[in-house]
Amino acid sequence: MKQVLVKADAERPMGNVFAAARGRLPGAGPVPQIRERAFENYERTGLPHRRMEDWKYTDLRALIGEVLPLAPRPDAEALVRAKVSVKQVAADQAVKLVLVDGIFAPELSDLSDLENEVVVRSLREVLENSATGAMAGLVLSTTSDPAISLNAAMATDGLVITVADGNALERPIQIVHVATGLSVSTFTRCYLQLGKGAHAAIVESFVPAERASGYQANDAIIALVGDEASLSYIRVAAAASDAVNISSAIIAVGARAKLDLFSMTCSGSISRYQEFITLAGEGTKLSANGVNLIRDRLHADTTIVVDHAMPHCTSREKFRAVVDDCGRSVFQGRIIVRPAARNTDATLTTRALLLSDQGEVDNKPELEILADDVTCGHGATSGALDDTLVFYLRARGLPEKDAQMLLIKAFIGESIEEITSENLRDFVTAQAEHWLQAGR
Amino acid sequence: MMHFRGQIRMALLEIRDLHVGVEDREIIRGLHLSVHAGEVHAIMGPNGSGKSTLSHVIAGKPGYEVTDGQILFKGEDLLEMEPDERAAKGVFLAFQYPVEIPGVTTMNFLRAALNARRKARNQQEFSTPAFLKRVREVAGSLNIPQDMIKRGVNVGFSGGEKKRNEILQMALFEPGLCILDEIDSGLDIDALRIVASGINALRSPERAMIVITHYRRLLEHIVPDIVHVMSKGRVMKSGGKELALELEACGYAQFEDAA
Repeated sequence: MKQVLVKADAERPMGNVFAAARGRLPGAGPVPQIRERAFENYERTGLPHRRMEDWKYTDLRALIGEVLPLAPRPDAEALVRAKVSVKQVAADQAVKLVLVDGIFAPELSDLSDLENEVVVRSLREVLENSATGAMAGLVLSTTSDPAISLNAAMATDGLVITVADGNALERPIQIVHVATGLSVSTFTRCYLQLGKGAHAAIVESFVPAERASGYQANDAIIALVGDEASLSYIRVAAAASDAVNISSAIIAVGARAKLDLFSMTCSGSISRYQEFITLAGEGTKLSANGVNLIRDRLHADTTIVVDHAMPHCTSREKFRAVVDDCGRSVFQGRIIVRPAARNTDATLTTRALLLSDQGEVDNKPELEILADDVTCGHGATSGALDDTLVFYLRARGLPEKDAQMLLIKAFIGESIEEITSENLRDFVTAQAEHWLQAGR
Repeated sequence: MMHFRGQIRMALLEIRDLHVGVEDREIIRGLHLSVHAGEVHAIMGPNGSGKSTLSHVIAGKPGYEVTDGQILFKGEDLLEMEPDERAAKGVFLAFQYPVEIPGVTTMNFLRAALNARRKARNQQEFSTPAFLKRVREVAGSLNIPQDMIKRGVNVGFSGGEKKRNEILQMALFEPGLCILDEIDSGLDIDALRIVASGINALRSPERAMIVITHYRRLLEHIVPDIVHVMSKGRVMKSGGKELALELEACGYAQFEDAA
């Protein structure tokens, strides 16, 4: 009885939120209907809760209770604050595309630096052009996951990025999401299409502006990666200490492609990053890695589902978590090997470093193997810093804090070093060091 | 600089009536030791006599309880200092089992350690080219290949390589007191020769060394000025280098009986 009440409480405001937002949600032709269906999908469960296996460690119904009203369009003052934040997270050499409070901000973006090989449109533009109705359906596709359905229903803007067959981008594209608001929600959705043999590096950064507080960001990126294409996707998420970030990546890959994925969550009251990768062609190589850096009372959940649907694919996952204070890190890694996926080679390791007695780590590796002739493995460990190593470093002159830092850096470096681009590796390392320094 | 001409020379390391326990078990039981600059002391003794514990306590390893006594280094109370402060003051312990640190290259580790020590002494940090040159020189003299210092600290190193890496650090940090805890364990004859010559090259009138070993073999390569026999947590006998020979002939049993 009580549970039903909780559900009703959680949903009533949301219904209002959708109804209230509807007039502001872009979309011509079939779009309003698609949104309606997406919202119905969402409403079947409401906010994800612990009785849903995939969300058992991150019970949004208990943790956030309700979805906040949609953020207003950012005004000039908000854009000024956003500009400062964009500068702080700008990756070297990257072409920046900025979204502020869920709305594309061309004035903060480097549109003129975009290479000829890429086409970028705002989601709003695509959805409002009825000639692209089919595109709209693709962009707003949903899954059974309520967070993604809610995102499809509520997305206010985002980016639609297309790289045609055979094109290679020289510079990374950095999508920067800035939150400036107080107690509001934002919904962004990006769509990336890499043609056959295309090459691109996408960096996605989430950052709060000064004074931003208590907001909820819900983002989704949908990527279609063609045969023989190569994609690096690096995501670094920071949020205000009382803010929520729910992000989903849905990636489908063709044959003989190469995927280099990395995600780092380093702040925010509650974070959930879920990555669903389908290896839909033969002979593709996937490297999916990540780091959670958690302190205070923060909660970060990284969930990666790798679906081997076709033969001869390789997937490697290395996940690391560093947990201090009363933080809680969740890692769920599921590898599915479909009956057709012969000669699959898939491994996953997840390791957590606990820096305090109160921190909590939940590691859930899962293998679901439905094919014969596969090589699959997983490993999970968690523990404190090795005192012997700390003493060795101290005996060489490093103060205790410095010794610990060096070891923590080396620990998360095991995952960061998997990023193939040196430039992006340095970018991620710098962000991680920023987190480490902040805790001193 | 103070001058002690005509006076009793102050010991570099002075240990007085040291008592150390681990979990209610007393391991060092009233140990005295004076080590002067320029001297090489050998500490020999059977397993469990407290040799390694002594080296750990001087370096400041956590987990030991000093229940009584003093350890003075250049007249300062070492027991009041953190391990890194002791290192910055010039105490160096070459580990019996050097640890592997994956993800930290030897080069980065050396730079971090050297600069931390310099910072603690209010000295300027080493500039990179000068540092690299110095590391290459010392590594070369110890037959340490350049690619080894670009790898994770001791990761995948053989026993001999790990020990050479300890001597490399010792040479770079230029400590006033070197404690070598069973530096000969796990070394073949050739590796022992390289390590010993690296250590001998660091002998100087300003520096003292404490060489802890089970075997006289090491002391043929590193000839000590003074040999101590340790048993049951105490120095039972001290003498010249000939004491090592005597031990080889008669064993440790005579000292264990005396204790």
